[in-house]
Amino acid sequence: MDLEFSDEYRAFQQDVRGFLDENLPEDIREKVTRGLRLERDDYVRWQNILSAKGWLVPGWPVEHGGTGWSAVERYIFDEENGRAGAPNVVPFGTRFVGPVIYTYGSEAQKNYYLPRILNNDDWWCQGYSEPGAGSDLASLQTRAVRDGDRYIVNGTKTWTTMAQWANMMFCLVRTSNEGKKQEGISFLLVDMNQPGVDVKPIMTIDGGQEINMVHMTDVEVPISDLVGEENMGWTYAKFLLQHERTGTAGIGNSKAQVQRLKKIAAQEKSGGIYLIDDPDFRRQVAELEIDLQALEYTDLRYLMQTVAGKPPGAESSLLKLRGTEIQQRISELLMQAVGYYAIPFVPEALEYGWNEDPIGPEGAAPLAPAYFNRRKTTIYGGTNEIQRNIIAKMVLGL
Amino acid sequence: MDFDLSEEQQLLKDSVDRFVREEYPLDKRQKLTASDEGFSRDNWKTMAELGWLGASLPEEYGGIGGGAVEAMVMMEGVGRGLVVEPYFATAVLGANLLLQAGSDAQKQELLPQVVSGDLMLAFAYAERQARYDLFDVEMTATKDGDGYALNGAKGVVCHAASAGRIIVSARTGGGSRDRDGITLFLVDGNAAGLSRRDYPTVDGLRASELAFDNVRVGADAVLGAVDNGLPLIEHVADQAIAGLAAEAVGCMDVLLSSTNEYLKTRSQFGQPIGKFQVIQHRMADMFIACEEARSMCYVATMRLDDPDAEQRSKAASAAKVQIGKSARLVGQQSVQLHGGMGMTDELNIGHYFKRLTVIDTMFGDQNHHLKRYAAFR
Ligand SMILES: Cc1cc2nc3c(=O)[nH]c(=O)nc-3n(C[C@H](O)[C@H](O)[C@H](O)COP(=O)(O)OP(=O)(O)OC[C@H]3O[C@@H](n4cnc5c(N)ncnc54)[C@H](O)[C@@H]3O)c2cc1C
Repeated sequence: MDLEFSDEYRAFQQDVRGFLDENLPEDIREKVTRGLRLERDDYVRWQNILSAKGWLVPGWPVEHGGTGWSAVERYIFDEENGRAGAPNVVPFGTRFVGPVIYTYGSEAQKNYYLPRILNNDDWWCQGYSEPGAGSDLASLQTRAVRDGDRYIVNGTKTWTTMAQWANMMFCLVRTSNEGKKQEGISFLLVDMNQPGVDVKPIMTIDGGQEINMVHMTDVEVPISDLVGEENMGWTYAKFLLQHERTGTAGIGNSKAQVQRLKKIAAQEKSGGIYLIDDPDFRRQVAELEIDLQALEYTDLRYLMQTVAGKPPGAESSLLKLRGTEIQQRISELLMQAVGYYAIPFVPEALEYGWNEDPIGPEGAAPLAPAYFNRRKTTIYGGTNEIQRNIIAKMVLGL
Repeated sequence: MDFDLSEEQQLLKDSVDRFVREEYPLDKRQKLTASDEGFSRDNWKTMAELGWLGASLPEEYGGIGGGAVEAMVMMEGVGRGLVVEPYFATAVLGANLLLQAGSDAQKQELLPQVVSGDLMLAFAYAERQARYDLFDVEMTATKDGDGYALNGAKGVVCHAASAGRIIVSARTGGGSRDRDGITLFLVDGNAAGLSRRDYPTVDGLRASELAFDNVRVGADAVLGAVDNGLPLIEHVADQAIAGLAAEAVGCMDVLLSSTNEYLKTRSQFGQPIGKFQVIQHRMADMFIACEEARSMCYVATMRLDDPDAEQRSKAASAAKVQIGKSARLVGQQSVQLHGGMGMTDELNIGHYFKRLTVIDTMFGDQNHHLKRYAAFR
């Protein structure tokens, strides 16, 4: 047993750090670490930098543009990005639909879509959930009817993250009502630039706009944009969920946020001393750090099992569960750290470059909205209740 | 022992509940929060006409002669409706400060105007370095002729912009964290030298940062005893906590019933999600949290008139801790159990959750009150 990475991996870590130090634009880093709003262009700018270096899609096979890194190197890369304050690469193209396409797609789809993802030419969004189909995704009702060499799609997708910036949506649709409900689902690639696609913003409780409802009325999808076989979409969607383990715990980012918490606490007074010296506060932070460490080493143990060739199981459920609970806790402590000054709502202060005097301490404005916003993390990507069901069923056999 | 409302109190409750039901649907409330002033003067007039602004004030000032329980009934209604008018700032904070410490002249001049709806009040006590310590006051009041000159800053003053009079704590003696040497002053909302930075708060209400630059007031602006304002501030803070506890109970009640309803109507996997046992247990915990919060709200309310200030403060701190714990569970889980819907601005759930989050910080969060409670022997 050894708690440290080998020298080889530490050298790799230094390389990644060096690259991030030199290449992560300062304004983007600041937006991420201070919890300010990121624009579409921020993501594109950063992803173009990663593309140029060849690091946009480390997990892909080398022939499609991947790096050939081991699972450990990919882990290190993710964690270093989080620590440095790099924005998450938008996962919909790079981590979700890309792997589905190179695994199940046609040659034409691979040749057309994969380079476009690598070049950030398309912005993808994920059209799974519907008003009536959330946790029970397989009950989805959006219909695709074959009409010659195309499908005609009708239905409503919802909670679609960043659809307002997207030109492509990968979409689960019903193509058959025969048999089990999982058996009549197909996986379509939908061009959103057509009249039948209507994207309506949904405002979230923090006042932000990141999710949307997407209505589709007689939307046309050429059959060449069906991935794999008709009625096999559920298999591909499940592959996507199981395939994706890296980055779910978000440890690097959480560590960076704990540092931010300590920095704020070192400037805030409480009971006549600095908050960072308040024993109650210290105990809360200690608890948080121990939780985070327990998750980190669980993540690393699983990582080493993957390296040893053990296929990933329900571990991603554990990582998602604890990772999101910890993120929520951090956001809560951050908000509490500034006391009353979490209360003022100054949406302009969430924009980069706003240079009026802050109300209360510098950096207080995004904290309550971030706390409200983080509630989403235990809901999206399969709610934490569903993740616990998965562990109970798949691991514990209950 | 008796935990029931009297007939008059029940009537008061019925009328508040009716008002909230009829006048306070969420879309109407959201329109108000987006308006210039952030609330409705018409609603304020209605509240005055119904006698609510004097619910806890003696009849000689036009009030209905109620006390702590009437305030609790009102504040629970405020919570249920997510009412945005400055009821808490005026009728709980301001009116209690005046009633307890005002000279006859001050009471006779101001309280009838509160009851009639012509005067709104605000209480400026918090300072940035103080966090939740009410005695940590750096703002100064120095003798100036036969009056005082006020200098310093107050933070996150609820509803200061609409207040005709602002009650301000300032130092007439002692060091910034001394318990002695604090005096309260009644300051005109438009006083020369007083500047405001107004803003909305994350729960849709309004507050301000106040800066006092040689604001001059006469000797008759002193409220209560010179140098000995702290006991009064602490008493009113305990009343405020009882009021906030009642408001939180009102908020939680709505969250509990809305969520319960949702669990019966929302189906996934071919059955209402309320049929899943894990959800049932969660709801049972939320129910327990609401019940305990209500109990502690009653305790804090009934102890307000305890002649032993320590018993009163202990009950207030205990209630604030319980409310904080209960509200955290009920607020967070109401969002969680609504899934994506819980994250939307369109639904009422998030608005109650946000108000409960703000209530936790007001007059000291759970951590603060746990410490305060522990410090009592
Ligand atoms: C901010 C945000 C972004 C999102 N982005 C996307 C996106 O880009 N694309 C997309 O397709 N979807 C997206 N989603 C949707 C997300 O995946 C769903 O919200 C989630 O799957 C839950 O579905 P639901 O909202 O319908 O809640 P429901 O499924 O109705 O669940 C309500 C509650 O019931 C519980 N529950 C349900 N079934 C069970 C059970 N069997 N046992 C125990 N408890 C249960 C849930 O855990 C939850 O607490 C996003 C959601 C959010 C909040």
